[in-house]
Amino acid sequence: MLKYIVKRLIIALITIFAVATLTFFLMNAVPGGPFQAEKSISAQARANLDAKYGLDKPLFQRYLTYMNDALHGDFSESLKQRGRSVISIITTKFPVSARVGGMAVLLSLIIGVPLGCIAALNRGKALDNVIIVLATCGIAIPGFVICTLLLYFIGAKLQWLPTYGLSSWKHYIMPVISIAVYPTAYITRLMRSSMLDVLGQDYMRTARAKGLSQSVSLFKHALRNAVIPVVTYVGPMLAYTITGSMIVEKIFTIPGLGSEFVSSALNRDYTVIMGTTIFLATLMVLVNVLVDIVYTIIDPRIKLK
Amino acid sequence: MSEYLVNIENERLSFFTPAGEVKALNGVSIHVGEGEVLGIVGESGSGKSVTAYSLMGLTAYPGRLIGGDLYFNGHHINEMTEKQMRKMRGNEVSIIFQDPMTSLNPVYTIGNQIREVILLHTDKTKKEAQERAIELLTLVGINEPKKRLKQYPHELSGGMRQRVMIAIALACEPKLLIADEPTTALDVTIQAQILELMMELKDKLGMAIIMITHDLGIVASTCERIAVMYAGNIVEYGTTDDIFYNPRHEYTKGLIRSIPRMDATEHTRLVPIEGTPVDMLNPPKGCKFASRCEKCMKICLTEMPPVTQFDEIHYTQCWLNQKAEMEEASPQSSGKEQAGSPAEPEQDPQIAEGGAANE
Amino acid sequence: MKTNPLSMQLKLDPDDFLPASNDEKQSLVVMRESVSFWKDGLRRLVRNKIAMVSLFFIVVIMIFSFIVPSFYPYRYEQQIKGSENLSPMEYSEKEIARKEAGEDVFPHILGTDKLGRDYAIRVMMGSRISLIVGLVAAAIILIIGSVIGSVAAFFGGWVDIIIMRIVDLIYTVPDILLIVLLSTVMKSPIEHLAEKPGFGWMQVLGPNMISIFIVFALLYWVGMARMVRGQILTLKQSEYVTAARALGASSGRIIKKHLLTNCIGTLIVVTTLQIPSSIFTESFLSFVGIGVARPTPSLGSLASDAVNGFGTYPHLLFIPALLISLIILSFNLFGDGLRDAFDPKLKD
Repeated sequence: MLKYIVKRLIIALITIFAVATLTFFLMNAVPGGPFQAEKSISAQARANLDAKYGLDKPLFQRYLTYMNDALHGDFSESLKQRGRSVISIITTKFPVSARVGGMAVLLSLIIGVPLGCIAALNRGKALDNVIIVLATCGIAIPGFVICTLLLYFIGAKLQWLPTYGLSSWKHYIMPVISIAVYPTAYITRLMRSSMLDVLGQDYMRTARAKGLSQSVSLFKHALRNAVIPVVTYVGPMLAYTITGSMIVEKIFTIPGLGSEFVSSALNRDYTVIMGTTIFLATLMVLVNVLVDIVYTIIDPRIKLK
Repeated sequence: MSEYLVNIENERLSFFTPAGEVKALNGVSIHVGEGEVLGIVGESGSGKSVTAYSLMGLTAYPGRLIGGDLYFNGHHINEMTEKQMRKMRGNEVSIIFQDPMTSLNPVYTIGNQIREVILLHTDKTKKEAQERAIELLTLVGINEPKKRLKQYPHELSGGMRQRVMIAIALACEPKLLIADEPTTALDVTIQAQILELMMELKDKLGMAIIMITHDLGIVASTCERIAVMYAGNIVEYGTTDDIFYNPRHEYTKGLIRSIPRMDATEHTRLVPIEGTPVDMLNPPKGCKFASRCEKCMKICLTEMPPVTQFDEIHYTQCWLNQKAEMEEASPQSSGKEQAGSPAEPEQDPQIAEGGAANE
Repeated sequence: MKTNPLSMQLKLDPDDFLPASNDEKQSLVVMRESVSFWKDGLRRLVRNKIAMVSLFFIVVIMIFSFIVPSFYPYRYEQQIKGSENLSPMEYSEKEIARKEAGEDVFPHILGTDKLGRDYAIRVMMGSRISLIVGLVAAAIILIIGSVIGSVAAFFGGWVDIIIMRIVDLIYTVPDILLIVLLSTVMKSPIEHLAEKPGFGWMQVLGPNMISIFIVFALLYWVGMARMVRGQILTLKQSEYVTAARALGASSGRIIKKHLLTNCIGTLIVVTTLQIPSSIFTESFLSFVGIGVARPTPSLGSLASDAVNGFGTYPHLLFIPALLISLIILSFNLFGDGLRDAFDPKLKD
C-alpha cells in the first residue's frame, strides 16, 4: 500500500512537471505578451514591465527560473492584478468555487445514483423512459442555456431567488443547480447501464435463490458492484467541478477560480495561468489516486500495484 | 399426490419476447420423492433449467407460467406470494448454478455470503452462524475453513467455489437441492469430486436432488430416474436402467449412441444427432424432433405424439411406439386388454401419468 | 392440448405411419431468414421510434441550414436600416410602406437583431456552422483517434507506453486552457497561410473555424484513441481471433474480417456521439467569445450576443438556445439508437 502510494506520487510529480512544461512553452509560443494589448502603456513602460517580470530574458532561462521558484513554493505575482501573489489569488478564489462545485457534485450524486437505479429496476417501463429522456435532455442542454433560463425565469421574472453574488444560502441554489445538471444526467445514465449489467449477473440470481428480499439483494449485492463505474467518473468530475465553472461564475457573478482562469488565459496573465494550471493538475492527480484507493475499498479484486 | 416432494403437473411456461411468444415448456410433468435423485437431460434450450427455476419462483423476465400446477413439499407454488416464496428459497429448496466463477458476489467474503443465508432463515446469532459456516465448509471438504471464510471468491479455484456454492445451498438443510449443470464449468477431475461430494451429502442429509445436465455420463452415475427433455417436452421418462438399456424414443437412442463407449470391441464411430434444434419461436405442429428423426413418419409432422406408458414409470412420447402397439393390437384385436391400452395413453399425458402415479 | 381421445381415434390411419420423405421433414425446418449484421442492425434502428424521430429532426435541421439559406430572401450579414430589433413577424415602418405600395416583402419570421439583420437566416447560418463544426470535428477525431489508437494497440511495447502517456497528459491538462491558448497560437499562422494561393478555401471557412478544428483534432482524439486501442486489444485476445489464426488466416484477413467488422459498429456509434459533444464545445467557445469569428454566426455566439439584451428580447436567446439543445439532443438520441442497434455490448 505504502509502496503503491509512493509510486503514484512519483508518477504524479512527473505528470505535473510535464503539464507545467507543456503549458509554459505553449503559452509563450503565442505571439505577443501580457502587456501588448494595453495600448495606454508606452513602449518604454512596456519594456520596463517586461524587464521587471523577466519577460525580456530568453525563454529557456525564464523557464528554468520559473520552475526553480515554483519548486521552492514561489509562484510569483500576477502580471495583471498587480501586487497580488498567485497563491493568494488561488487561496481566495478556490474556496468559493469549491463550495459551489462541491455542493453540485453532492447534489448530482444524491439525485443521479437513485434515479439510475430506479430506471434500471423499471427497465422498459414508462418510468424508465421518462428518466432516460430527462437524463438525455440534461446532457444535451448546454450549461449557459440552463443558466440563462434559470436567471430569466426564476431570477428575473418570478424573482424567487437572488441572481448574483453568494451572500446567503439562497444565492447558492441557482449556480449549484446549473452546475449539477450535466453530471446528474450523466451519473443517472451511467448508473442505469451499470445497474442493468449487474442485475443480469449470476450472483444476483444466487441472491434471489437464497431467499433474500429484493431490497436486500439490491442494496447489499447490486449497489456496491454497480457503483464502481460511477466512482471512475466522479473522480475527474470532482476535480473539474470544484475548480469552478467559468460560465456559471460569469453569469451569476461569482468570484471563483473558474472565471479567473479563463480571464487569465485571455489576458495572458502568464503567472496566473501557470499557477492555476499546476494547481488543477495537482488536484486532478490527487483525485485519481483517491479514486484508486476508493476502488480497492469497494472491489476486493482490485489490488494496488 | 402429495406423497411426492416435488410434483409438477403439466407445466406450461412461455417467454413473451418482443419477437413473439416462445413456448419454453409445453406440458411438463415431474415427480420427485423424498431423498430421490432425478436427472433431467437435454440439450441447451430444451427447458430443463426453466423447469427447475420455475419451481423456485426464479423464472426470469419475460417468462410466465401459463398452465399447470406446481407442488413442493405440500406448498402449491402457483398460489404462493413472493414473501412465502422467499421463505422457501435457500431454506427448503436450494440451487447450485452452472458457473461458480460468476455465481458468487465478487465484493463480499465467502463467510459473509454463507452467513447471510443462515441468518436469513434461522434464529442463529452471528456467532452461531459463523460456527455453522465453519461446519459447512468442513462438510463440503474445504480445508482451513476459518481462513477461507475471510477470503474473497476470486481467491479460490473453480472447484473450491462450487464447494462454497454447495455449502451455501446446504446451509439450511434443504429437502431438495437443484443442481443446474453443477459441473459443466469445471475440470473433469474436479467434476468427479464434486459429484461424489453431492452424492455423499445426499446420503448424509437425506435430501432429494434434481440434477440438470446435458451429460448422460453424470446422470448414469448419480440418478435413479431420468427425464429426457426436448424442446419443452419430456420425450422419455424412466429409471436409469430403462433409459440406458431400453430407450424407446429416437432422441434418447440418439443421445446414447453419441456417448463414447469404453467397452466397444471394435473401432466404432460415434453417431451424432443430425440437424439443429427447432426454432422455439415457430415450433412445428407435430413432434418437435420430427425433422431430425431418422424414422420420422407422416403423422409425426402434423400431430403431437401421445404418451405411451410401458410400465409404472417408463413412458415416452413417440408415434413409433404407438405404431408398434397398434400393430401388436390389431392382429389379435378381439377381447384382450391390449386393445384398451393404445387408447389410454392417447389421453392427455398428465392423466395417463397420473394414473401411473396412483398405482 | 390438441390430443383429444376422440379425434385421435379417428386419425389413426395406417397411412399416417408411412415413413416421411426427407423433403417433408425439411419443410418443417423453418429456417429464420439469415440476416447480415448490418441488415439486422438497420432493422432494429428503423424500429426504434426515438432514433427515427431524432433522425427526422437532424434531416430537417440540415435542410434548413444547408439548402434553405441559398434561396432565402435575406442574407445573414445584411443589415436592413430601420428594421432593428423587430419582434417575430413584425414589419418595420419602411417595410409596411413598401407593402402598401404593393411590393412583396418577406416577413422576418424570427424578427431581427439590434443591427437590423434578419434573425431567421442568422439562426440558419448559425446551425450550419455548428453542424459543420460537429461533423468535421467528429471526422477528424475519428481519423486521428483510430489511427493512433490502432498503432498503439498493434505495436504495443514502447510505442504503446509513450502514446498512452501522452493521452494521460492531455487528459490532465485542463482543456479550456489548451483551447484558449491554441486558438490564439493558431490564429496568425492560419491567417498567413490563407493568403497564399491554393489555400483560398481557408478564407471561406474562416481562420477561427480552422483553428477550432485543429484544437479539437489535437485535444479530443485521446478518447477515441483509448477506445480503439482497448477494443483492438480485447479483440486481439478474443478466442475467435486465436481460432482464425490457428486456422492459418493471414494478418490481413484477420484485420479485415474480424477486427474491422467488430470495431466498425463501435466506431460509428462513438463518432455519432462525438458530433454533439463537438457542437457543445463549439457553442461554449463561441459563448465565451473565442469561437467562430464575427460576423459569421454560430448558435453559441448568437446566444452569447443575446445575453445582454435578454431582459427585453428574450426570444433572441431562446431560439438559438433551443435549437442547440435540440441538435445535441437529436444527435445523442440517434447515437444511442445506433448503439442499441449495432453495438449492444457498448455502454456509456
